[in-house]
Amino acid sequence: MSSLVKGGGDEEIVVPVVANARSGSALFLGAAGTRLARGAALLGLVVVAGFFPDFAQSNYLTSIALQIEILMCLALGLNFVVGYAGMLDLGFAAFFAIGSYTTGMLSVHAHWPILATLPPAVAIALIGAVFVGVPTLRLRSDYLAVVTLGFGEIIQMVVNNLNQTGGPEGIYGIPPLHLGGWVLTTTGSYYEIFLFLVVLFVAVSSRIRRSRLGRAWLAIREDEDTAQAMGIKVRRYKLYAYMAGSVFGSITGSLYAPAFIAIAPPSFGFTESLLVVMAVSIGGIGSIWGALLGAGVVIAFPEVFRQFAQARLLVFGIALVLIMVLRPQGIWPENGLGLGRLQQRWRSRGVGGVHR
Amino acid sequence: MAALSVRELSLRFGGVDALSEVSLEIPDRSLFAVIGPNGAGKTSFFNCLTGYYRPTGGAVFFDERDITRLKAADVAALGIRRTFQNVRVFPKLSARENVLAGAHLRASASFFGTLLGTPGHRRGEQALREEADRWLDFVGLADKAAVLAGDLPYGMRKRLEVARALIAHPAVLLLDEPAAGVSSVEREELASVIHRTAAGGVTVVMIEHDVELVMQLAAGVAVLDRGRLLVQGSPEEVRADPRVVEAYLGRRQR
Ligand SMILES: Nc1ncnc2c1ncn2[C@@H]1O[C@H](COP(=O)(O)OP(=O)(O)O)[C@@H](O)[C@H]1O
Ligand SMILES: [Mg+2]
Repeated sequence: MSSLVKGGGDEEIVVPVVANARSGSALFLGAAGTRLARGAALLGLVVVAGFFPDFAQSNYLTSIALQIEILMCLALGLNFVVGYAGMLDLGFAAFFAIGSYTTGMLSVHAHWPILATLPPAVAIALIGAVFVGVPTLRLRSDYLAVVTLGFGEIIQMVVNNLNQTGGPEGIYGIPPLHLGGWVLTTTGSYYEIFLFLVVLFVAVSSRIRRSRLGRAWLAIREDEDTAQAMGIKVRRYKLYAYMAGSVFGSITGSLYAPAFIAIAPPSFGFTESLLVVMAVSIGGIGSIWGALLGAGVVIAFPEVFRQFAQARLLVFGIALVLIMVLRPQGIWPENGLGLGRLQQRWRSRGVGGVHR
Repeated sequence: MAALSVRELSLRFGGVDALSEVSLEIPDRSLFAVIGPNGAGKTSFFNCLTGYYRPTGGAVFFDERDITRLKAADVAALGIRRTFQNVRVFPKLSARENVLAGAHLRASASFFGTLLGTPGHRRGEQALREEADRWLDFVGLADKAAVLAGDLPYGMRKRLEVARALIAHPAVLLLDEPAAGVSSVEREELASVIHRTAAGGVTVVMIEHDVELVMQLAAGVAVLDRGRLLVQGSPEEVRADPRVVEAYLGRRQR
């Protein structure tokens, strides 16, 4: 690069001009083509997944698959908090509980149709998120982990002790979901519902990730102080992440209730919260594919090793540690599986060699 | 007219006077340099201007408006942007996404636009992405758009930080040692970026140790020494001032 004189005084700073005409149509078509191909592949994947209960012909396998889908939905919710905004939340099951119990109570005691219980479930979860988030999010992140852990415990304690929530027995006889003329009663039908929910959550997550909101979250995760220099209101955006998570968590809970007909406190404790955190971190913090994959691993692994009976959790634990040691960025990290990046590194190293 | 007007700014850390009663007028649309030995309070000065430190005395005005007590995000929203001495890019975001993060306040904030992917929202994002690429080109990083910022060499990260600030269309850009620790080739590129930025009408204030670079670029220079404003004037005046030679230049020039 030559000296300063070259720049001249007449450059327009507001919109710098790039003399790069060739980046026009060809590249655009290329990008659109890639997008189309990727869309088709995803659609194919979803269609194949949709036929899974028919292939499997096994209620056991379908119910495992349903559990995976449910954990996928929760993991996508927690991904906003842990993966994008970089906060540790150890009580995410609280929102799952709020959704489940709101739907359970309204449908059993007040005879509301399941779908009608969704808005109040989400609203209560949001109120809970604001209630917990506003005072805590001003604190540094370690406190958030402690407070969310407490929140999770409190919610579980509340549903365990209130009469209206059925105490330790929980709520049973939750009516099925009605969709138009359909009444959903089989595991297979809830598998399809949750497949739809996973697709919806993935679409929403990836749109948000590529928007101003997602960029602000990642900036906060990467460097909170620097994010402020971009004009990002850190505390407000952290609350948004927590609220977004609560929306996904409560919707998942609301649909979980009719799928399992009965709900009880043990499903909503610290173990559940921990499973979601594990799914997100094993899969790859901040990665949508990672959250999906992580949920699959967390549910499927203990099932696969069922023959080890008591020891299977030990085996699972060892496997987790191995994954964390061998691949700390997760199975499917946010910036891809790493093949392209390796290539890029190699290439820029070549350039760097010439440079120095 | 002054873009930034600093009045008797003081900052104390325990027993240390990082800044004592610094008063300074930084003219609008100029390239202004702040120099001084290590520990003179230069970075603290920037931190006070941008809401990162709360001064213990004095005031800062931007366009006649008192911004002394504003938070960092609010200062940024007024159009005062900065870079950091110890380069702070977002390592796991691509270069392009780093620049887009800088455009936070200009990006579409419509939540439903985002969720539904409305045409207006898509157009806005597309236009912003294209502009981000133009700013990358402006700082000479056109071919690095997709590279993770953490994978870029040091000098490029410094320029990326500048692009990230410029996409906000700031009125004032504060650069904390933009040329420190970079190669001479990189230094020339940075000098060109800084020059073109100022030529485009942005008020640039830079902290710089490289005296030659300062003399080459700046219209006005202020010298800080142990938290005090030692001298202020044109580069020639400052260079000739015996106090400066003693406090700073004398130690650095061969
Ligand atoms: N956050 C802080 N806490 C305590 N002392 C600080 C802090 N920031 C700066 N200082 C002190 O203020 C003085 C000026 O530092 P600084 O502004 O970084 O100088 P410069 O950028 O000119 O090298 C130094 O003595 C430094 O130790
Ligand atoms: Mg400094």
